[in-house]
Amino acid sequence: MPSLKELKNRISSVKSTQKITRAMQMVAAAKLRRAEEAAAAGRPYAERMNEVLTGLGAAYQGRADAPKLLGGTGSDDTHLVVVATADRGLCGGFNSSIAKLARDHIRDLKKTGKTVKILCVGKKGYDILRRLYKADIVEMISLRDVKTLRYSNAQEIGEKVLAMFEAGEFDVATLFYSKFKSVISQVPTAQQLIPAQFDADDADGDTLEYDYEPDEEAILRDLLPRNVSVQIYSALLENGAGEMGAKMTAMDNATRNAGDMIDKLTLSYNRQRQAQITKELIEIISGAEAL
Amino acid sequence: MADGIKIEIVSPEQLVLSETVKSVTVPGTEGYFTVMGDHAPTMTTLKPGFVTVDGDGGERWYYVRGGFAEVSSGTLTVLAEQAKTGNDFERSEIEAEITKAQEALSAAQSLEDKDAAQYLLDGWSNLMMEAQHFDIGAAH
Repeated sequence: MPSLKELKNRISSVKSTQKITRAMQMVAAAKLRRAEEAAAAGRPYAERMNEVLTGLGAAYQGRADAPKLLGGTGSDDTHLVVVATADRGLCGGFNSSIAKLARDHIRDLKKTGKTVKILCVGKKGYDILRRLYKADIVEMISLRDVKTLRYSNAQEIGEKVLAMFEAGEFDVATLFYSKFKSVISQVPTAQQLIPAQFDADDADGDTLEYDYEPDEEAILRDLLPRNVSVQIYSALLENGAGEMGAKMTAMDNATRNAGDMIDKLTLSYNRQRQAQITKELIEIISGAEAL
Repeated sequence: MADGIKIEIVSPEQLVLSETVKSVTVPGTEGYFTVMGDHAPTMTTLKPGFVTVDGDGGERWYYVRGGFAEVSSGTLTVLAEQAKTGNDFERSEIEAEITKAQEALSAAQSLEDKDAAQYLLDGWSNLMMEAQHFDIGAAH
């Protein structure tokens, strides 16, 4: 049985932990709102881009003269796996669930004899994957110093990926990130970047006959590389919102657990204090009786 | 004829502008073109330049870079990687661009080049005016 003093110390330490987790929860809530707004603001662009490319790309699908970013290189021996996670922990299973999905994907690829290259965006995913696939990681990009995510951040990553593709370093690129569904639910998602894939159900939208300037192919060639950056950008935005959501939930749980623990400790503290008082009283009474 | 054209300027970070106006001039890769209501469905890539919006409040200029424009059923959508108003620029940036445009104008040989350079110069000067206007507004 810990002494009264020990219990008192533990209670005060749990209390200060609770203060910290509560503060972190509130910070996460404020940041979540901003991240959600950013994600919502970025959505129209990505959606329009996807619509237009779906329309344009449908005509080229399966054709031999399709741009490489759409049609692929003709083989799928080398895979690039882009794993986008957060740079900070303390957000529940957010990072590990993305890493787990990526890990399963990598394992499957390796089983079928493909070469895998890994590009980590965010430190946490790197920390997890490093243990298993250190030799395959080509680069780790940390966005830790980035306060507000701008499109240019994503563009840098996109250009890196494109440069690798141009240099023939991989055939297929897949992006792993977490889709933000709600504060309590983020879904780890795999999305193929190169060759580009489009949602088929969006294909039958408008059947307008467009005048293309300069021509369809030139537009497609111009837009496909941009699309890579756009997809990375929206993935990072979703991740940002998801991270804050997960952090908020995790910190809410931690705060509640700390509260439970304080209640329990306080109870046993009071019990012990009471026991001590009773003991002292008995001592005094029995002492008086002996006289 | 339709009353006007609905213009949407979208950058990856935000919806910059969305309203119905009289006409819009867009810097297509193959030259500037003006879109009014009932324009034929068109899709074009953009070169860096100015989107001029002619609406109720007079002309407004937006600097756009990288992307494309799409006209369909009375709506013009400009998707640009960068879409900025005069407010988003530092004054020195605009001044530098004006000098650059002036140089391009004096170096231009063909009529077309001259036209394009003149247009850029006009655009930057307009942004400058807007920026100054806001400067004065902020000072009060």
